[in-house]
This record gives sequence, C-alpha cells and structure tokens, in this order.
Amino acid sequence: MEKIHTHTGVGVPLRRSNVDTDQIIPAVYLKRVTRTGFEDALFAAWRGDPSFVLNQEAYSKGSVLVAGPDFGTGSSREHAVWALKDYGFRVVLSSRFADIFRGNSGKQGLVTGIVSPEDIEILWKILETKPGTEVTVDLEAKTATADDVTVPFQIDDYTRWRLMEGLDDIGLTLQQEDRITAFEANRESWRPKTLPARHLPAVEIEAARPV
Amino acid sequence: MAGTLAEKVWEAHLVRRGEGGSPDLLYIDLHLVHEVTSPQAFEGLRLAGRQVRRPDLTIATEDHNTPTLDIDRPIADVTSRTQIETLRANAKEFGVRLHSLGDADQGIVHQVGPQLGLTMPGLTVVCGDSHTSTHGAFGALAFGIGTSEVEHVLATQTLPLAPFKTMAITVNGTLPAGTTSKDIILAIIAKIGTGGGQGYVLEYRGEAIQALSMEARMTICNMSIEAGARAGMIAPDETTFEYLKGRPHAPEGEDWDAAVEYWKTLRTDDDAEFDAEVVLEAADLEPFVTWGTNPGQGLPLSASVPVPAEIADEGERETAAKALEYMGLTGGTPLRDIHVDTVFIGSCTNGRIEDLRSVAKVIKGRHKAESVRVLVVPSSARVRLQAEAEGLDVIFKDFGAEWRNAGCSMCLGMNPDQLAPGERSASTSNRNFEGRQGKGGRTHLVSPLVAAATAIRGTLSSVGDLDLPHDIDITTFDGTPLDGVGASPLGESVVDLPIPVAIGSAPSGSASGQPALR
Repeated sequence: MEKIHTHTGVGVPLRRSNVDTDQIIPAVYLKRVTRTGFEDALFAAWRGDPSFVLNQEAYSKGSVLVAGPDFGTGSSREHAVWALKDYGFRVVLSSRFADIFRGNSGKQGLVTGIVSPEDIEILWKILETKPGTEVTVDLEAKTATADDVTVPFQIDDYTRWRLMEGLDDIGLTLQQEDRITAFEANRESWRPKTLPARHLPAVEIEAARPV
Repeated sequence: MAGTLAEKVWEAHLVRRGEGGSPDLLYIDLHLVHEVTSPQAFEGLRLAGRQVRRPDLTIATEDHNTPTLDIDRPIADVTSRTQIETLRANAKEFGVRLHSLGDADQGIVHQVGPQLGLTMPGLTVVCGDSHTSTHGAFGALAFGIGTSEVEHVLATQTLPLAPFKTMAITVNGTLPAGTTSKDIILAIIAKIGTGGGQGYVLEYRGEAIQALSMEARMTICNMSIEAGARAGMIAPDETTFEYLKGRPHAPEGEDWDAAVEYWKTLRTDDDAEFDAEVVLEAADLEPFVTWGTNPGQGLPLSASVPVPAEIADEGERETAAKALEYMGLTGGTPLRDIHVDTVFIGSCTNGRIEDLRSVAKVIKGRHKAESVRVLVVPSSARVRLQAEAEGLDVIFKDFGAEWRNAGCSMCLGMNPDQLAPGERSASTSNRNFEGRQGKGGRTHLVSPLVAAATAIRGTLSSVGDLDLPHDIDITTFDGTPLDGVGASPLGESVVDLPIPVAIGSAPSGSASGQPALR
C-alpha cells in the first residue's frame, strides 16, 4: 500500500446526505471478479445527468470528495472504495461515515476524514464559488486546506498510522501467528466445524403431491 | 466485572488486546462466503501465496447472482456466471465447502448457517455481506465485512477490530394482532434513524423480543445494519436451544451439555451499563411501511406520505423531497392509497419457512389482485422443499404467485428478478434505496403479512383491511404450520426434512453429494 502523508487535489462538493453504497456503485457492477477498473461505475446512476458535479469540467479531475453526512451507508461492498479510488479520489471528507465503509477505506488507502458539518458547509461554499479549487489534506496535522481556509478533521490514530506507513493489514496480523495458534489450542470442542460436512440422511420420501 | 452480552462474546475471542490505539485482534469462529465479495479476496491470497488458514471454519454458498428460474440450465448472464464459476474454482483450489446451485443446502448465506446448525450462541460470525447481523439472533457477535477483511479472515482466521459501543433496545409488552417482528425493526429504524446505530452493537431485549420465534428474531437482527449498527444481538434462551438441537452441525452429547451451560451465561449482567438505551412499547406498534428511499423513512400504515414543507429540519426536508420525487409520491397521500405493481416475498429478512407460512395463511383460497405480479422466493432450497412438503407452493400458485427457486433475487436485483423503471413494489426485503431492486424501481418495505394483504388488494394494506374467514385467527401469525393444508409437515423444523429426489435426476457432482433439485 502506498504511503500517504499529504494529498493535494481538486475538491468536489457533493451536496447530498445519506449517499449509500448503492449510489456509489450500483449492484449490477458487483459482478466483476477483478480488483480494478471500476471508475466507470462510480455514481453510475447520476453520471448520466449533465448537471451532476463530476460531469462539470472543473470538477471532473477531482480527488478530494466533500460529502454530506452518513456517507457510505448500506451494503458492505468494498467495490464502493475501489470505484472511488479507480476514479481518482484519494480523500473523502464528511461529517459522518458508515462504519463498514470507513473501515474498508482505511484498508485500501482511501483517507476518510470526519469534518464538522459547519466546516463541510464552508468547504462546499469555497468549492462551489471557485470550481476547481484544490484541497490539501495533511494527515500529519489532520487538517484540510482550501483556498485560505484550514479546517481540522478527525481520523482514528491507528488508521492514520497505517496510511502514513503504508502497512498491509494481513502482514501485520501474521506477526501474531504464535498467539493465534495458542488461542486455537484452547477453543472448546463444541464450537462448530464446517468440515467434514454433516448432512441429513437422504431418506427417500413419498412426494406430498403429484410431481 | 459486569458486562453486556456483546462484551462477553468479544472478551472470549481476544487473541490479543490492542495497545496504544491499535485495535484488538479477534478470533473468528465461522466465516460465511458467497460469490460477490469473495473473488478479489481469493485473488489477493493467490497473489500473496497465502492459504486459507481454517477451511474447516469456512463455508460458501451461491446466492446473490443465482437465477430463480431454469436453475438446471447454464446461467444466461455472462458476468453472473463468471462470478459463480470463479467461486466454484476458488472453493476447489482452497478446499472450502461450497453449496452450489442445485444442492439442497444452497440458499442465502444467512439462512444456510442457521439451518445447518453452524450458527450458534457465543460465536463470532463474519461474512462479506452487511446482513450478517442476522446471526446475532442466536447470541452470536455477527457482522458484515468488506472484501479486504474477507481476505484477512481467510488468511488469518482473525480480524483487527476496535471495540464497539453497546446500545440496549428494549421492547416491552405484547405485539398487537397483525404486527410482526418486521414492524418492530422498521419502527426502531424510523425512530433512531439510519445513522442512529452507528458504532454500536444493538442488543434487543424485553418481553416482546423474548416472545418471538427464532426466525422472527432473525428478521430483527438482520435489519440492525439499516439503523447503521454493526451488529444486533439477542441473548440466547430456550427458544434458541430448541431451534438448534438436532441440526446437522449442532453439538452432541457432552459437547451439547457443555455448550448449553456456557450459552446460559451469555446474557447482559444486571449491573452492566450500556452506552445508550432505547425503549419501545410493543402495544403502540402497527404495521409499518416505508415511503421513501432509506429504511428510516417509514411510518405506520395508517399514516400519510409526509409533506416536505412541513418538515422543520432543512436537511431532512430536502432528503424527503428528493425521496418523494424518486418514489413518484405526493405528500399527504394516505399510504393505504398507494398502488403497487409487484409484491416480493423473500430475502434474508423474510424468506424463511415461517414467513411463507404466514403469507400462505392469509392468501389461502384467494386470488391476487389482477394488476399485481407476486414473486415468492424461499431463502434456501431446503426452505423451498419444506414449503412444498407442506403444500404451500400450491397455495401460492393458486393465488397467482410465481413460486421460484432460492436466492437473494429481487432484494437487490443482481439476477434477472428486477423492477422495471418506475415500477413500484411492496417488498419483504431490507432496503428501499434508489435502484436497489432495479434501475428506477420504487420499493416499499413491508412485513410478510402486509405483503400478503397488499397482493390481495393491490394497494398497501394490512391483514386488518381484509375480510378474513372466521377460522383464521389473526393474532397467531406465529409461523406455525397451517392446518389441513397439503401434506402434514414432515418435521418440526426445516432440517428434519428428508431430501426428495427429483424424478429422473442423476446424482449431482455438488460439494455435498446431495441429489440435484429440479
């Protein structure tokens, strides 16, 4: 995973609350089996509307999304994060994120900063007044700067550290392999195992009605 | 130290307690896998040269993409077929048990775990699907995860997690006639909002919850995610143990006794403190339906569509106005006047045998409204078999409904079961998001009873609006089998059902060695 300390890019104001993952990427795009190439699927339902923010020239190369509250609610699909990243977004700022979406973002190197609703409004006004304004997001200082305004954002320390170090989750956990093995040795025998598969005896029965 | 149910399960799975802001490392007892969120996880393992650490704690099924018609033919949609073929190849390569289309244990992943007796109290259960919260009904800590987390669990059987907060949701009293657990959860979400549960594990408790059957409890926990919560839980009790006993993977003999003894300790201590509490009176509830485009936009059926101009909060007003525009509704319209085109009965929320029985009880001997299409999709192949053994399929077909094969189906429209643009549904599923059931489709979330009444009248209705025969007691839609319908039920629970062999079918090559269904 790429290390991120600061990121500067065009800010995109998305004046919508409750942008759920079905809006970020509709289910029809989930059928792909690859990890990349989802840029065309991002906000697919809105992309056909010429007035949609990403269809406006000044915002089309955006990489910092400034969204309304409850961003990323709904389905746990990680494709939502892939679609945002494939399009070019590196940062999403909102006053509130859905838990799963925020967790998924941290693992994929997409920064999710929590900004107060008042500051989101300020950022929206700047980005709407001067389309194409760049926003600088500084993970070290936990601030986002647009024009001459700097606002603070929150992000949990662990995710921030991992983003800044570019650390892969599985590698980190596998450093604890001894502990995992020790834990497994003490698991109770009633806990279920999927293998070998247990089934019901295949008894032949009379059909309940003519077949 | 006094603890809540969620905290007790959490503590019992700590591989390592996080220090200095790093998360705890939690052991995962059961990992459920399906075709949509797993391909990239297996791809990740392959790229890193990693194995599945515990195939014996992992089980896969095909559900999101599977067609509900012509399941003996190759899947027509190429991308759907690719996803399913990819899962089959991955299961084979990594040694994971898979229940494929045509297998009696194929079905929605959240039905498969419980029906096999794999879901039990005190477990940690994860799946790359947000409705994993369903399994919390057994007193398990169960939550949805993203694809990177799926890969993480496959590789390590653990997950790094920051502790959740806890919220008690107490439902006192007794449910009025014609209301169900679906109405409880829709009312809760309308009350606390789609973000109200964020960061929390919800624990449902109180008289009204304790009185619910296992399947009705699953409906409530299933929709915890729609309130933004990571998980929902209900303390295990005799209802839970009764449901589990004798299922294929339930513990036996001494293991059963040890398990039950431990499970009985899985309840919130009297002096434990929750981070938040919500209280509801069951007696105040009525059948609930949604009018908007998120599950929090719900109202009692007797209400009218909200008028945006009357909403004080600016944000909510705009959200409501947008929702009504999408839904093609005018503020002030009584909800009962809304005509629907399609009624969908199914999903991991309400596609279980009890749901099918309650619907059958209402529609028996009637015919659907002429203009309405009715789709009945059981949550698993085994639920379908059970329903057919009870003769429910005949009731559905006589009613004019389409009786389909198991899967997620129109809940999210990844297979051909979709709404057309502008088409309106009453759906027993869990999400009414824009486009969820098909591009431009308009969804009203309802209980199975409201779905049944709506299918009869063609407008959003409750069973109270029907002229029901006197011998139907509407106070006991408790999911018990119907009297005098079809053959007598073959067993008390779904898993007691022997597997019928379709005439002329050759043994399938599925992972379980079960005969194929037709």
